[in-house]
Amino acid sequence: MALLEVRDLHTFFKTRVGEVRAVDGVSFDVEAGKMLGIVGESGCGKSVTMLSLMGLVQPPGRVVEGTAHFDGRDLLKLGNRQLEDVRGHLIGMIFQDPMTSLNPTLTIGTQITETLRRHLGMNRKDANKRAVELLEEVHIPNAARRLDDYPHRYSGGMRQRVMIAIAISCNPKLLIADEPTTALDVTVQAGVLDLLHELRSLHDMGVIIITHDMGVVAETANDIIVMYAGQIVEQAPALDLFDNPEHPYTEALLAALPQVEDENVRDGRLLSIPGRPPDLIAPPPACRFAPRCMYAGHDDCATVAPELREVRPGHWVRSAHPASERAAEPVGAR
Amino acid sequence: MIEPRRGADIGGARGELLLSVKNLKKYFPIKEGVLIDRTVDYVKAVDDVSFDIRTGETLGLVGESGSGKSTTGFCVLQLLKPTSGSVLFDGKELTTMSKREMRAIRREIQIVFQDPYASLNPRMTVGDIVSEPLLIHSVGSRRSRRRSAEQLLEVVGFNPDFINRYPHEFSGGQRQRIGIARALALNPRLIVCDEPVSALDVSIQAQILNLLKDLQIEFGLTYLFIAHDLAVVRAMSDQIAVMNRGKIVEYGPAEKVYTDPQDKYSQALLAAVPVPDPRRMRERRAERQKHKDVLAEPV
Repeated sequence: MALLEVRDLHTFFKTRVGEVRAVDGVSFDVEAGKMLGIVGESGCGKSVTMLSLMGLVQPPGRVVEGTAHFDGRDLLKLGNRQLEDVRGHLIGMIFQDPMTSLNPTLTIGTQITETLRRHLGMNRKDANKRAVELLEEVHIPNAARRLDDYPHRYSGGMRQRVMIAIAISCNPKLLIADEPTTALDVTVQAGVLDLLHELRSLHDMGVIIITHDMGVVAETANDIIVMYAGQIVEQAPALDLFDNPEHPYTEALLAALPQVEDENVRDGRLLSIPGRPPDLIAPPPACRFAPRCMYAGHDDCATVAPELREVRPGHWVRSAHPASERAAEPVGAR
Repeated sequence: MIEPRRGADIGGARGELLLSVKNLKKYFPIKEGVLIDRTVDYVKAVDDVSFDIRTGETLGLVGESGSGKSTTGFCVLQLLKPTSGSVLFDGKELTTMSKREMRAIRREIQIVFQDPYASLNPRMTVGDIVSEPLLIHSVGSRRSRRRSAEQLLEVVGFNPDFINRYPHEFSGGQRQRIGIARALALNPRLIVCDEPVSALDVSIQAQILNLLKDLQIEFGLTYLFIAHDLAVVRAMSDQIAVMNRGKIVEYGPAEKVYTDPQDKYSQALLAAVPVPDPRRMRERRAERQKHKDVLAEPV
């Protein structure tokens, strides 16, 4: 049994103009010691998926349906009290912005020991000792001295390291990182990603990394989920996904990405995806990518909703036209 | 009413020197003291930067946050007054110009900003935003400005039927098109693009980059393209300047800088970029370890 098993998750937001189907039937597993990458563009539902699991969706949002089995319990059925024992303890979380997720009026030490004392019942002295170890583990120099500093004395990358230290402080079984490097410079990002990689193998944690950056998941994840308009459109082991992307959206995303190592990119054009993601109040009735898809043509893409199906072992795709089944060139006009 | 310059009629032939920046410095004083401010030190945001851009070409200015790339762009536009150095545009020295002289030059140098949410006035209609530069420079009549705005929107692939709507009704990509149309309004020769796509999603980013490429060819535009994303800069630029702590540490033809970087910092920067190819994960990680000392984070 997997560490985390999410099944058929639906999270909707009620608005005056209708219900936004932000997450619409998402299922996946996370194994211990593995890193799962969830990629997608803004508004695809990747963050809401995670907030739903942690019971952090605020009204008007609501988890409408689904289960999330973790450690023998269904996270979606837990009360607030029980969730508090899970969050920060069994499941660690890292958010995007290290500037706002630390409290500026408390020292770094207080913020790390807070978690240790709350969840593990440590006394002040033990907690302080452990905090120093944690800072060392995330490679912060002079850890013992830096414990009494306030967050403003730390740079962005350092703050994100502190967030990681807090997230792993109770030896969680699962770590959820939501865009952990988006606010950071590339050189700092590289350090943080390497650290996540190192800690995952060291502690045998399951890790979910949520990002919009294909490069970031390529460098870290074992398995990758691509989300589009509230649904999973492709799911595969990292190597297979990058070598043989099946969904037209995944293919287009990869092609749209300028690459540092390509040659003669100056004079060429990037492949772009026409249009933009659909409105999730009234998404396209069948295939949600059909209006932007170059393969959706004279067939029933607009009437029959594709199911997520396994085109080869471990490689799932939600499309009537996966790459491996395409006989001819695109039928639709671009 | 102005017709956009097309094809050969681009004011200065391709390949001619258009912008020449020499020994540009911008120091910001650090002040201390309660009643009497005393300058105790300077932040050397731009520290002796020189580069040239030829007509029809793109210079990519790349660096991390705080490297001074945007400050350099602002100094070129004279939106910030440089501490010292020279900015020659089409043979004319901008740093010593009076405000009035500079106003005339501003028609030829325009800017596209990073954040399409913050750089458009929410109380103005799309048409007013795009034609405002024409109004400021008293170009044409009310009606001809309106017609120009429609044309400009058409050029950037924005439906001119929406000319009376407000910016909040549009997505990031559409707003950036409005920003680009505004920059084109006065028929500029040089456009400073300051992180024009960093707020956009990948699929939209490609649309905007392609648009900028098309416009460059169509109107013979010259770009100073400022961005932190090395891959984006590579896709756009003929020449590259890598900035670090206010200085240009590497400068040359794009192909050369990317395939054979000489400077230690540029090597480290390139090694840090995540590459969408999981096969090379281990190799890239090892490569990064080599540059560990260069990449030490500020503590």
